[in-house]
Amino acid sequence: MTNNFDINNTFDPDKENQAPKVSKEVATKLPTPAKGVDHYLRRTDTDPRAAKRAERQVAALFGSSSLFTLIFLVSFVAIPRELKISVPFIGITSAQNLVLGVSFGLAILLIGIGAIHWAKKLMPDVEMVQERKEMKPADAVQEEALDAFRVGATESGVGSRKLIRRTLLGALAMFPLPFVVMLRDLGPAPKGELSKTVWKEDLHIVTDITYAKIRPEDIPVGNLISAMPENILEIQEEDHNLNERGKAAILLVRMRPEDIKSQQGPDWDYQGILAFSKICTHAGCPIALYEQRSHHLLCPCHQSTFDLADSGEPIFGPGARRLPQLAITVDAEGYLVARQGFQEPVGPSFWERGA
Amino acid sequence: MGKLAKFRRNRFASVFVLFFALGLVSIGFTGVNNLVTPAVAKIGNEATLVDKGSALFAEGCSSCHGLNGQGTSDGPTLAGVGAASVHFQVSSGRMPMAAPGAQVERKKPSYNEEETLALAAYVATFGPGPAIPSEEEVNMWINASVAEGGELYRTNCAQCHNFAGSGGALTNGKYAPSLKEATPLQIYEAMITGPQSMPIFSDKTLTPESKAAIIRYIQELNKSENPGGLALGRLGPVTEGLFLWTVGLGALIVVAVWIGARVR
Repeated sequence: MTNNFDINNTFDPDKENQAPKVSKEVATKLPTPAKGVDHYLRRTDTDPRAAKRAERQVAALFGSSSLFTLIFLVSFVAIPRELKISVPFIGITSAQNLVLGVSFGLAILLIGIGAIHWAKKLMPDVEMVQERKEMKPADAVQEEALDAFRVGATESGVGSRKLIRRTLLGALAMFPLPFVVMLRDLGPAPKGELSKTVWKEDLHIVTDITYAKIRPEDIPVGNLISAMPENILEIQEEDHNLNERGKAAILLVRMRPEDIKSQQGPDWDYQGILAFSKICTHAGCPIALYEQRSHHLLCPCHQSTFDLADSGEPIFGPGARRLPQLAITVDAEGYLVARQGFQEPVGPSFWERGA
Repeated sequence: MGKLAKFRRNRFASVFVLFFALGLVSIGFTGVNNLVTPAVAKIGNEATLVDKGSALFAEGCSSCHGLNGQGTSDGPTLAGVGAASVHFQVSSGRMPMAAPGAQVERKKPSYNEEETLALAAYVATFGPGPAIPSEEEVNMWINASVAEGGELYRTNCAQCHNFAGSGGALTNGKYAPSLKEATPLQIYEAMITGPQSMPIFSDKTLTPESKAAIIRYIQELNKSENPGGLALGRLGPVTEGLFLWTVGLGALIVVAVWIGARVR
């Protein structure tokens, strides 16, 4: 390790340990070290045995790459696709998937590592200085381009024929307008549907998925129900889409009446049962992370938090508007129904909504 | 230089000493902890379940919940919580609580099944509350529909417990726990009692049939495979992004440094 750099910059590419001999012609094209930059010789430059070892290492890397390619090909055929194995950290997984991925990845990774190892250990590593090319073209080239421009301008007469010039500029300015106007065709302009849901007076509230009518005495304090209007399936069928379902989703919670601090309307609850829109007023995610002790409702998308005991007001996060509340009561048979539709649009804000 | 003196100058010596000290402290703490864990009272076979529960309660629970379960400044009243709630909390190791905090965590239970049932029977005498569901009700899940369970799970449970039952964060340090270790009975009990932040899903609005389907779906989730490889806790894009940005990008930086490093 004593002779691993030379201060006098006497690096000589023709030295004996610079392995293969080359013709004079090629030798003149090999990079030559820059003057005034300290050059450090590598061990592979000075010790032929180290160079030989590096050569073997590179060959081993390339060789193992071929091996992994073979493993890939063999496992593609040999490992049954249904075979499942248990692997630490991963769990039960497909054996073929795992082996194919690992062998393919290693095959290409080893080629890369081998190439870099080769370049670093064995290829010449002289420091070079490359001067920046001048940006300005030669005078003659510049003059030629200007001439071509002048000839063109004269031939077309763009300078003298003002009418042509102006109509051309006008046409070019008009042409992009259709692209702007076509934006109007992105879809029909929303009419009332952003502000309205299917909820209306005396519509039964049913549990989501199981669509059963709900009696208030079946809801204990602390209970949470994801609910829908009773006619949602028919509407879905008619519309061939889930838009109304998306807007009409509500949550029913029951808290002790003395826990309710405020509501969006007088007595919009029924004996402590409150109904709120399930759609976050920020970005419209369905929101049902209800903490029954704090009465906080947390949106999983951006952590907007609403206080259901206090009119559904936002208390944290990007949601700026309160969750709309649905006024509820019971019908003659004792089932929960809506007392009226939502009094404000549900879901995220939109341009025409106003404040 | 002696061997010890030589080791002392090793650059890993301080790390070693630190871990050794930490190990000693933790062993010591475990010992002390075992001493203060309530010794289970020895009760004769002739005692009824409630009497047995009463004795266990006085010893292990009353310091926080009061001698008659009326509650103290350290713990809520247990009147009306019902046997199901006690069985859930005690069999999942959440009660007795290790330390007060935002969330009571699942741990190894301190009482065996018999003692847990005795405690539940005793606490049930404080006031009416949800009873432990019968074996029949719980085992209904075995023949329940996975597809229906999936639909109900995604509507009622996935918002907090995650699409794969991995749990998730709530507000102020609270969280919805993973469902990996929860038994079918515990899942049932949690739904009817609403432990901690969880709301109640009563039998009237989420029928026992629906509960069975949900439990079946969770069992399927827990034994499902990871065909894509490393699941990273099945938490979704957040952990996957974090993994790529730290481990993936970290590996790329290491390779870049290696490519640019000067060879000797």
